Amino acid sequence: MDGILLGILFALIAYGMALQWGVMNIINIAQGDLVILGGYIAYFMYLYGIHPAWGVIVSPIVMYFVGIGIYKLVINKVVDRDLFISILATFGISILFMQLMNFAFGADVVLANSGYGTTMLFDNSVTLPNSKIFAAVISIVFAIGLVVYMKKSKLGRAIRATAQNARAAKILGVDTEKVYAATFGINAALCGVAGALISITFTIHPYMGLPYTIRSFMIVIVAGLGNLPGVALSGMGLGVFEEFADYILGTEFRIGSVFLLLVLILVYRRFKLSKKREYLK
Amino acid sequence: MKNNLILYAAILIFGLVAPFIFPAFKVQLSILCVLIILSITWNIQGGEMGYNSFGNILFYGLGMYLCASVQVGMFFPLAEWTESGGEKTFVHTPAQFFQGFGVGLAVAAIVPTIVAGLIGYSILGLRGHYFAICTLGLGVAAGEISGGIEIIGAGQGFTTPPFPKVGSLEARGEFFYFCSFAVLVLTFIAVKSIYSTRFKLVLNAIRDNEDKAEAMGIQTMKYKIIGWMISAFFCGLAGGIMGGLVGYIDSTDVAFDGREMGVFMVLMAILGGKGTLWGPIIGATIFHIFKEGFWTFFLGWQYVALGVLIVVIVIYFPEGLMGWLREKYPEKFGEVIDEKDRKAQVELK
Repeated sequence: MDGILLGILFALIAYGMALQWGVMNIINIAQGDLVILGGYIAYFMYLYGIHPAWGVIVSPIVMYFVGIGIYKLVINKVVDRDLFISILATFGISILFMQLMNFAFGADVVLANSGYGTTMLFDNSVTLPNSKIFAAVISIVFAIGLVVYMKKSKLGRAIRATAQNARAAKILGVDTEKVYAATFGINAALCGVAGALISITFTIHPYMGLPYTIRSFMIVIVAGLGNLPGVALSGMGLGVFEEFADYILGTEFRIGSVFLLLVLILVYRRFKLSKKREYLK
Repeated sequence: MKNNLILYAAILIFGLVAPFIFPAFKVQLSILCVLIILSITWNIQGGEMGYNSFGNILFYGLGMYLCASVQVGMFFPLAEWTESGGEKTFVHTPAQFFQGFGVGLAVAAIVPTIVAGLIGYSILGLRGHYFAICTLGLGVAAGEISGGIEIIGAGQGFTTPPFPKVGSLEARGEFFYFCSFAVLVLTFIAVKSIYSTRFKLVLNAIRDNEDKAEAMGIQTMKYKIIGWMISAFFCGLAGGIMGGLVGYIDSTDVAFDGREMGVFMVLMAILGGKGTLWGPIIGATIFHIFKEGFWTFFLGWQYVALGVLIVVIVIYFPEGLMGWLREKYPEKFGEVIDEKDRKAQVELK
């Protein structure tokens, strides 16, 4: 049960990653750090006595502008370049954020306590913290909202057009520069939502970013770009897998098993494709 | 050619006398040697082959753990050693220490090479960013998993055998310096001789267009695996020496330190100019001096500086120092440029 709820959160982050991967062809290593930053925003509101659930609204707004800032400073210079350059550049941002957060918020593991109780199901055999249900519901709402927005709005259409063919979109009068910035902003906002929810349901720590990046990358490569049901499903699958790995192998191997699973999935796909003499690229 | 010989001789002599001229910097110089080895080896696939790996740290950490484990395990029970305080009950005699270290280094070089060969076929079939992310995952996974294994110290770390005193002579710094310098010279000679063969041309062909290279009848997979194995060999050696030098191995902070060492080697090669022989060496030297300055004066802010540095280097110097020099003084690199053409280009700019 925990795994599925966790998976829904992962899927939200992964959707942001798929969005910018599809549109800008950039893999953002700093994705996880944006999530953690979003979490800290909610945590701060909690510290100042505001209910952390409001963080779900405030954090994406703040994160949207953070995302735009990062785009303007760094990403727009690497957008058309070699992929490796963008990976390395976002890696640099990731290290930078990690350390700045460490300075600003300290290296403690923190949790924004929402004060929600727990629900007992099936004659008390399953306990379910209400905060997790809240997180799952909110992330589903945001995911559906985003899909509708991408389908219906003008900006959503522009984003999809740019993803299909940036040059053609430009010729047809789409301001691709603006679309890129908006995409990055939306992605950061999604990370903000997910981060706020994570800080309510689990714990956050400045150095926990990279595993989230890897998880979302994994979900995207399993599900494929722009396949939302797939993203949700593989997110839940990953969540369940993690809970099992935690239970069977022990907590110290939890992160390790996630990274190992990534390697195994990539290798599996590589062998599957090599039968057709193709390769992942 | 003659100039080159003089240059090499000068560097060699400088390397041999450096620990006596700058006795206070012996450890720093040894670390510099290790950094140069790492950036040269990264350059073999990152620069020449076009396979940007974040995972070479895997071989480095593997070498580190193996060297220390063998050095201890040859004479004492390993599990008792790594229990807290165990290193105080067992003491290596000088003969045991050097014997163990020698065998440990050999193991540290050979096992990562074999590992690279074994996983090479699976991993090197990935291309572009899939390869980069996959190797990143590999490095982090290795760190996390080794942090959970009890016999090599798990989360509390592994203290390597302390350097024995021979009589009243305390030569720890010199010993590790000459070890790392010898490996550096070995690496340089090996890589230089490799770069003058057909092998390097094949690697470059893979970098420029792998499909075409394959269509020309080159067994690209074979060459890629060999290239990776060469890197792994020297990475393992460097790791083994570094383990002894630091004296303490922690799974995520020293051995599989993807956040520091794993990025450093990429950064150094890029800073100096990837795909050149001298680029990684120059890059590593500059980087090390810069880093030590920062680490000393801006304690606590080093990662912030590192993050900014990565972004700046990557955005503004993707070709590196050698690339910049090459653009500025093409004659020195044996490139002949038509004067008229050059003027036209300058005017265009």
